[in-house]
Amino acid sequence: MEKIYFDNGATTCIDNEVLEEMMPYYNKYYGNPSSLHSFGVDAANAIDISRMKIAKILNAKQDEIIFTSGGTESDNLALKGISYSFKEKINTKDNHIITSSIEHPAIIETCKYLQNQGYNVKYLPVDKYGLVKIDDLENAITKNTFLISIMYANNEIGTIEPIKDIGKIAKKYGIIFHTDAVQAVCKTPIDIKKLNIDLLSISSHKIYGPKGIGVLFVKNGIEVIPIIHGGGHEKNIRSGTLNTPGIVGIGKACELGQNRMNIDIPHIKKLRDKLINNLLKISDTYLNGHPTKRLVNNINFHVKNIDGESLLMMLDEKGIATSTGSACSSKKLYSSHVLKELGLNQNQLQSSLRLTLGRENSEEEILYASELIPKVVKKLRQISPI
Amino acid sequence: MKIEYTKIVKDHFYNPRNVGEIKDANGIGTVGSKTCGDVMTIYLRIEKKIIKDISFKTYGCAAAIASGSIATEIAKGMKIQDAMGLTREDIAKKLGGLPEFKMHCSNLAADAIHKAIKDYTKKLKE
Ligand SMILES: Cc1ncc(COP(=O)(O)O)c(C=O)c1O
Ligand code: FES
Repeated sequence: MEKIYFDNGATTCIDNEVLEEMMPYYNKYYGNPSSLHSFGVDAANAIDISRMKIAKILNAKQDEIIFTSGGTESDNLALKGISYSFKEKINTKDNHIITSSIEHPAIIETCKYLQNQGYNVKYLPVDKYGLVKIDDLENAITKNTFLISIMYANNEIGTIEPIKDIGKIAKKYGIIFHTDAVQAVCKTPIDIKKLNIDLLSISSHKIYGPKGIGVLFVKNGIEVIPIIHGGGHEKNIRSGTLNTPGIVGIGKACELGQNRMNIDIPHIKKLRDKLINNLLKISDTYLNGHPTKRLVNNINFHVKNIDGESLLMMLDEKGIATSTGSACSSKKLYSSHVLKELGLNQNQLQSSLRLTLGRENSEEEILYASELIPKVVKKLRQISPI
Repeated sequence: MKIEYTKIVKDHFYNPRNVGEIKDANGIGTVGSKTCGDVMTIYLRIEKKIIKDISFKTYGCAAAIASGSIATEIAKGMKIQDAMGLTREDIAKKLGGLPEFKMHCSNLAADAIHKAIKDYTKKLKE
C-alpha cells in the first residue's frame, strides 16, 4: 500500500492541471503585469482571467478580488484594514469587533494585536459542537461594533457556522461581516450576495493550488486601509508585484474546484462517513464537532485513554498521515484551544486525532485505515496503565 | 519548535521493551505528570537489592513510551541504590536526546522507578 494522506486540512497536493497552467508563467510569460510591453500584457491578461474565475465561484465582481500571500495575510488585511478605518472607535467603550473563540490563529492573534492597539474584541463562546449561537452574537453587538469576523468552517473540527444567519444580523445592524472561508471554499457552494458577506478570505494551498497565494474578497464600497505599502497595486489595498504563476494557479484551482464539486463532494462525503462509522465502533471513541453541520472532508475524534501524538506516530509509521489539532499546534505541548472551547477535558484533548480527506483518497484507503486504526488503538491500550 | 525524535526514540516507541505487568512484583510505582496529565507505572522484582526484573506501562506521548522502555533496559540488573540516582537526563541521553519541552516525559520514567523502589523498601520495613 502506498502512503495515505489524510491531512488535506493542513495542505493539499497541487493538482496537475493547476501546475501545468502555472508553468509558462515562470519562464515564458514572465513579464511584470504592470509593464506596458507585451510581456506585461500577457501576464496582466492571465491575472484578469484568474480574477474572473475566482469572482465567479463567489458570485462576486472581478474588481472585488484582492490577491495576497495566503490565508493568514487575507485575515490580517481584513481585520486590520477595517479596524484602521474605524480608528475613532478606539476611544469608545463596548465591543468593536466580534469574533469567535475557535478562530484560526491568523484571526485570534490579529485580534489580540488589535486589542493592544486599543480596540475591544469580544470572543463569542461556542456550543459543544463548535457552533456560535446567534443570540450570543446579537447580544454582543453594541452601537460601536463595526466588524463581525466569524469563520465559515472550522479547520480542526470542520463545524460549519451559521453564516447565513450571521450575515442577516450583520446587515440588520449595519456591521461589516468578514468570514475566514479558507477551509470552506470548494467544499460547499458560497454566494457572497445571498450570505451578505462583505469580506472573505481564501487560501490556495487548501484547494489544490500552490502555496503562498491567497485572496481577500472585499465588497465594493468597503474601505480597507492597506497594511503593506508600496506601488499601489490591487486598488492600493495591497502593494507588491503580483505573483503571476501563483495567481494563475489559484484561479485554476478555484475553477476546477467549482467544476468538480458535483463529483468531489459526494465522493469525499461517502468516504468520510464510512470511516467515521468504522472508527466509532472502537470502544470509548467519540466524534468531536457536529455530526452533520460539518465539512465533507473532516473527521476529528477522541479515543479514551489514548494519546493522540502516539496514535499519530504509530499511524505515520504504517503510512497514514494524520494530525493532532491543526498543523500549527502539533508542535506545541498544549493542545487545541478549539477542542478546549467545546468543553473537552485534558484527557480528551490529548486523545484527539484529525483526519482530513481529499479528492485523491480512495475506498481502498478507507478500508485499510478502518482496519489499521483499531489495531493501533489496541496496541496503545495494552501499553497503558489506565 | 519541531518535534524531531531520534532513531532510538522511534525504535523504542514502535517496539517498546518490557511492557506489561510483573505478576510477582515486589515494588510498584505510578506517577502522573503535572505538565500534561500523562501516567507511567513501573513494576519491579527486586532480589538482594538488585533489580532482577522490571516492566512498565504508559499512557502518554511517544517520548514517554520510549523513556519507559529504555529506562527498563537501563535499570535491569542495577543495584537499587544506583537506580535511585537515575535522572531524566540519564534516560534522555540514552535515547540520543529529547526536545527540551519533552524532558518531563523522561522525568516520568525516572520518578516511577524511584517510587517503585520506595514502595519496595517501605514494604520491607512493614
Ligand atoms: C481557517 C484557516 N484560516 C487561515 C489559515 C491560514 O492560511 P495560510 O496557510 O494560507 O496562511 C488556515 C490554514 O492554516 C486555516 O485553516
Ligand atoms: S507529553 Fe506527556 S509524557 Fe510526554
